[in-house]
Parts: sequence; C-alpha cells; structure tokens
Amino acid sequence: MSRLAPVLSVSPCRGLVDEKLTVLVENLPPGLPVTLHSLHLSEDNDYWEAFGHYVSDHRGVVSVADDISFGGTYTGIEAMGLLWSMRPVPDGRQQLRLRRTNVCSPLLISISVYAGHQAEGFRKLCPLSSSVIERWYVAPGVKRVSVRERGVRGTLFIPPGPGPFPGVLDMWGGGGGLVEYRSAMLASHGYVSLAVEYLSAEEMASAGEEFHYFETAFSLLQEHPQVVPDRVALVSLSLGCMICFLMAAESSVVKPFCCVGISGSHLRSKGKKSNVISRLFETQADKIIFDESGHQIWRGLGLAVMHDSDKVDVGKINCPILLINGTDDQNWPAVECSEDISQRMKAAGKEHLLTVLEYPGAGHLIEPPYSPHFRVTNFKKNVKLVWGGKTKPHSEAQEDAWRKMLAFLQAHLYSSGMPRAKM
Amino acid sequence: MESDPRMDGSRCLVQLSAHPTRGLMDEKITIVVQKAPPGLQLTVRSLHPCEDGHSWEAFGHYVSDSTGTVDVSQDLSLGGTYSGVEPMGLLWSLRPVPGSKPGLRLRKMNVQTPLGLTVSVYQGHQNEGFADLVPLATVEVERWYMAPGVRRVNVTEDGLSATLFLPPGPGPFPGILDLWGGGGKLVEMRAALLASHGFASMALDYLTPKITLETGKMVGNDYFEKAFKVMEKHPQIVGNSIAMVGLSFGTCVAFKMAAYSQVVKPRCVVSISGSHVQPVDGTVEDMFKFFHKNVEKTRVSEAGEKIWRDLLLPIPTDLQFKVDMGRMRCPLLVIVGEDDQNWATPESAADMQEMMSRAGNAHLLTVLSYPNTGHLIEPPYSPHTRSSGFRSVGSREKVLGLWGGDTAAHSWAQEDAWKKMLLFLREHLHSREGPGLVHQ
Repeated sequence: MSRLAPVLSVSPCRGLVDEKLTVLVENLPPGLPVTLHSLHLSEDNDYWEAFGHYVSDHRGVVSVADDISFGGTYTGIEAMGLLWSMRPVPDGRQQLRLRRTNVCSPLLISISVYAGHQAEGFRKLCPLSSSVIERWYVAPGVKRVSVRERGVRGTLFIPPGPGPFPGVLDMWGGGGGLVEYRSAMLASHGYVSLAVEYLSAEEMASAGEEFHYFETAFSLLQEHPQVVPDRVALVSLSLGCMICFLMAAESSVVKPFCCVGISGSHLRSKGKKSNVISRLFETQADKIIFDESGHQIWRGLGLAVMHDSDKVDVGKINCPILLINGTDDQNWPAVECSEDISQRMKAAGKEHLLTVLEYPGAGHLIEPPYSPHFRVTNFKKNVKLVWGGKTKPHSEAQEDAWRKMLAFLQAHLYSSGMPRAKM
Repeated sequence: MESDPRMDGSRCLVQLSAHPTRGLMDEKITIVVQKAPPGLQLTVRSLHPCEDGHSWEAFGHYVSDSTGTVDVSQDLSLGGTYSGVEPMGLLWSLRPVPGSKPGLRLRKMNVQTPLGLTVSVYQGHQNEGFADLVPLATVEVERWYMAPGVRRVNVTEDGLSATLFLPPGPGPFPGILDLWGGGGKLVEMRAALLASHGFASMALDYLTPKITLETGKMVGNDYFEKAFKVMEKHPQIVGNSIAMVGLSFGTCVAFKMAAYSQVVKPRCVVSISGSHVQPVDGTVEDMFKFFHKNVEKTRVSEAGEKIWRDLLLPIPTDLQFKVDMGRMRCPLLVIVGEDDQNWATPESAADMQEMMSRAGNAHLLTVLSYPNTGHLIEPPYSPHTRSSGFRSVGSREKVLGLWGGDTAAHSWAQEDAWKKMLLFLREHLHSREGPGLVHQ
C-alpha cells in the first residue's frame, strides 16, 4: 500500500515581520498526533522555540490557522502562535529579550512537523518535514541611512520611490541606545522614519539640551527632501512619551501632525534635569517592590512620582493623539497617566483629539506584532525588571495595537486634505 | 491652500503596494494603487535591469475607480505591453526597452540572488520615455528562484558538471534530473524552483561540461547513467523516486534513457517541447549530426529568423531513427506548443501517441498541447521570447532563431503547464511503496 510523504507548506516564505503566516501540513495519516515546532537562533546565539500539539483531520491535513492546538507553548486556534509564543529553549539562558540589531537582514525561522505530541528534546528528534522562512523588517528598496548631523545621532529609513513621504520621529524608552526595528517597519509602510539615539545621562547635561536635541531631530526630518514637511508624526514608547508630549505641548519648532504614545507618561521634572530614572532611585527607592524572585516592579514607584511631579500641560496639544497601554503594566502606571491626560484634554476642550487603547492583560513592552512576550527581563546592571502582561493577551494587544497604529498614521498622514477636483 | 512643489494636488500621496514583495518566481503577485484621484488615467510599469546590462520593461494602462484604486489583479488594462485582466502581465510581457539590441532573451543564470523588479505608477497613459518621467509612487519587488533553506551544491564527481538543489529539512526527498536544451551551459532556474517545491533537483550540463571543454569530446550515454546513479546513491534522495524533466534537446536524452538504459529507471518523465526522433543507437554527438543532415530544410522568415522545425520532418517510420515509445514503463507527460517554430513537437507528440496506442501503453501518456504557444515553455511568468540570438553547441555562428508563440497565449500556457507538471510530479514522486509513514 503506498502512502504519500507529508508535505509542510509555510507561506509567505519571505514575509515582513508583521505579516500573517499560513502553516499547512498535508498527506499525513488521518488522526495522527503531530507537533508543529518553530526554532530561531538569535544574533546573541540563543535558541528560541515554540510548539503546538495538533491532530490531523480525516483528510490528513493540519492547518494552523483553522485547527486547535491542544498543548505546547500556545493553545487554541492561533494562526501566529508559533511566533508570538516563542521563548528561550529550556536548556539555554533565560529571561532574555529578543531584539534585533541588524534590521537589514531577515530573521531565519525553521518550522518543522514531528510525529506525536512532543514537548522537549526536539534537537534529538527527526522531523517528518521542515521548512525555513525569512521574516524581514525592511521591504525591498527601503534605504537605511546613518544620521550624524547637528549633534543628532540616529538612523533614517526611507521607502523606495521618489516620494515625498510623510515622516515619523521614532522615540524609544529608558533602555537607551539606538533601536531601529520599528523605524525599519514604518518605512516599509511608506513613512520616512528617524530612529533617534539618546539617553546617555552623561551626554544629556540638562533638560534644555535634551529638548533642543529632539527639536533638531524633528527639524532634520522635516527638512529632508523626501519628507512632506507638514506631515511629520511622533511615535514614542515609555520614557520617549514624556519627551513627545513635552514637545507637542511646548515646542515652537516641533509641530507634529499626530502623536502615538505607547506605555508612557506625561510627567515633567521639576528643575532642569529630566533625568527621571536616577532621580527616582535617589528619592523614592523605597517604593520599588521586589517580587519573590527578586525582580523589580517599578509601578508603585511611578505612581509615587506621578503625584510628586509636574505634568506636561497636554491641554495645549493641538494634534490627534493615540495612546496605547496595557492594564498589567508593572513597570509604569501608564493607565493612570492616560486617565490624567484624558481629564486634562477634556478640560481644555480637546478630548476629540484623543484616542486611548487599553489592553487587558498586556504589559509594558508593547512591541511589533508576533514579537515574543517577556514578562521579566534583564534591564541594566543586573537589574531584572517586571514588565508585566500575560503572554496571550499581550500578544493579542501587540497585533491589534500595531494595526490600529498603522491605521491611525495612515488616516492622518496620508489623508488627502487637498481638493480632489483640481486635476 | 498654498502649493508646496513637493506635494502638488496631482500627487495626493498616491500609494502603490505589491504583495508579496519577496516571492518565488512562480508565485502570483497583487499590485494595488490607492489614493489616486478617481477616474484618473494611470500607467503601471515594471522595470528589470538584467544581469547582462540590458533593461526590460512592461506596462499597462488603467483608470482608477471611484475610490481612487487600481487593482492589477482585477482591473482591465486598456493597453500597453498587455491588455485585459492580467494579474501577472507586468511580468510575462516584459520586453527589452526600446533601443536595446535585437534578439535578447531574459534568463537568470545566477539563481542565488533574486530577480529585482521596480514597479511604478505614472500619471496618464504613457508608452515610452519612462526614464524621463517622475512616477507617482514606486515599490520594489524581489522574485526568487530559491526558497529559504534550499541548498545549492556543485556536483563534480564522476566527471559530471551539475548543480544539485536540496530542499530544507531532513529528507529524504524525491529527485528530479533536469535537462535543458541545445544551447548548453548550466541552466539552474528550473531545478532551483523545483527544489523550492520539495524535490531534490539536479541540473545537468551535458553539452558544455568541463570534460567536453577540456577534451573537445562530447559525452557518451554513460554520462547520464552516472548522473542518475549519483542521485540514486545520495543519502537525501529517495532512490526509486527520481523523475526526468527535459526541455527541447534534453527530452531526446530523457526518452532514450527511459526506453533503453538498464541503469536509468525514472519514476516518471516530463517532456517539454521535445521529440522522440533521434538515432536510437547514437550518442549526443550522433544526435547533432543527425539533425544537421537535414539542415537544408531550414527556412528563413521575413525578419531573417531561422525556422528549424522542418529538420525533424517527416517523422521517420524507421525505428532506427525514433525511440520506441512502446518500451516506456513509466508515466509520461508531454507538453507541446502548437506554434513551435523550432522543432516539430506537435507532430512528434502525435506520433508518440500512435506508437503507444499500438503498443498498449498509451495509458501512461498525457499530452498537453497549447495553441499559439512556441518552443520555449519556461517556468511561469518568464517573459516570452518569440525569437532570439542562438548559438547551437558545435556551431560558431550566432543566428536569430524563431521559437514561435503569441505572447499572451504562450504566457498562459507556461502558467498552466507548470501547475500541471507540479501536480504530475507530486502524484508520481510522492507516493511510496510499503507501510509509508513509519516513525522511529
């Protein structure tokens, strides 16, 4: 009796990181328990994996988009579970964050199907079939340009084509450094995006200087020949939101067309230093809670600081704002902050400009879709921070927030605003 | 409203998107223009700078709908290099830009890098001078022959000149021995694509291999047997699941091996634009000599293109000069273009059908015959070439050969034939005798 060899098809084989996957196994014997497995070797040489337990139907087919996973790192009907539920392999280092440094080359992920419901030791097993897929942050033709101009350090990503395009100033959080992947993805969606490097305390000697740094970054973007000067938005995460709101409210130079704030706040420091992190440690260190494993929860600290600090006068902001928060944010009281922002904007008659998206069960690090979730990771100098969130709701939040953020940017930055009759 | 020269009303931030931006050569692509003013005349154009320095382009004329959208996979092209509803017209109707030298053919020899395509949308119905126009928007597209994880291996053992493409994964995989035509060289694109579909595929250079270039002698029939054995022995190839796929001259070899060789036992055979007419006891060199005997039957078209289809006619009745198709023991898929001006392939197919009917093995034969289709039936969306410069191995002269085919019909045939060929290969190569799925 002849039997067909199992065939695994994963599509697209070369997709963007925010694209959905279809994973299909065919020619299995009917009713066969199988495990679908994903494996990725990170730039730091750590292995990440995810897997789901399935049973083939009477036609010998398993379709990840349609079938239930009965166990593994994700359960239920989860088309993208093999990506968002990835975690470091059990025999490797733990509490890692998967953050890509080289965004111009793709993530390589191996997808395999094994017979039986396996939960460990995949390396010793022989799969029935295997495929490799590439996940890209950049669409073909996106240009990456290093920026070192007028004191501003960053990376610019430009979509292919003559342009001009709307622009995005991309601002990250307290981890500092230069994080490029979101800008790379935004350029793949048609925006000239500048990821700005900042937050080296020694270099930012005063709040005034810091303000000037971002104003210059914004101007650089506006003045770029391929950017539509009055269509530049601010996208910010965590600490970056403070700067975003401050500029939108106070700056005479920065006039964003719209703003996105993810897991952020609108605090402003008393005095000249906006170096919030070191201030917090100095004055409110007792508010940091340690969980059973010694991980730090800064949420309480944030709340205390909130009551003490001045806030940005967000009522002065005149552009649409999209706020994205997770209710299980253990790092920062972003939900409480956005409530305060909401009240202030209402008081100023500007509530029609504000949209707030609150995701139950999501934590602080709302990253691009299908990124693995990390509840706790190393932050700096042996500090382990609790970011919060439960994997499934957090992953749903990432997917939905990204889609809504793109729709928000598209609706505002690509709106025609020109009388169509003039042709 | 003040006018910014960088954003005048006619531009309106038109958006152009393609999906997938990185696809395989045989994948369909959707191209959509959005946010254009409604009812606007637009030209969507593709541009490909070739490896050899020439540029190829294709374009279609569209009108945006009331939402300002053009969807190439659903809307009507009113003119350009293709017309009608043609989702893939921007690929298969590519032709050299005006002013290029005549007789060019688009064949990617380096399959490890993608074919790059720039797709742009222009205002108005443009026909030429695109290089001087500023597009409204542009998107870059990559078309790959190799899926991620496919491995490319040079094969030089036993004096072979070949390239093996292995799919990702542990295998073992069914195999395909891939033979191209009379132009020689190592043409890898089909083998690379087949490996991307799960077949361990070996492209074999049998006309210009290292051994012929060094000794000046053409290979004997044992060369093909060695190639087949190398595949049989390979730990990642299922020894009794190896097919042969041949194009043009390559099919002659495939038929000879399948019918007469004691070593080469293909699971199935695909013949594209091929013929069984040849000196049955001869080698490759004998085959060339045989065809050259009739060289005075070459006709020349008005444009000076050589028409070689009569060289095989009339189909011989003498069994010394055609493969005895009654000896075929495996399924056979024969693909021919009815406008083949290079070889008498439809006549050969008819003769094969008759031989097999008389021998009682016609149930093994499937013939796919495509109207208005020429000789070069290549992977789908490859641009159609009606005639091009050709130098047959062994001749010093480069002449213009007429392949035939009308572009649109030929392109539809390429798409259909590929799909049916994959189904045929899957059906015959993926079945296994025995208990099948045994898991250790």
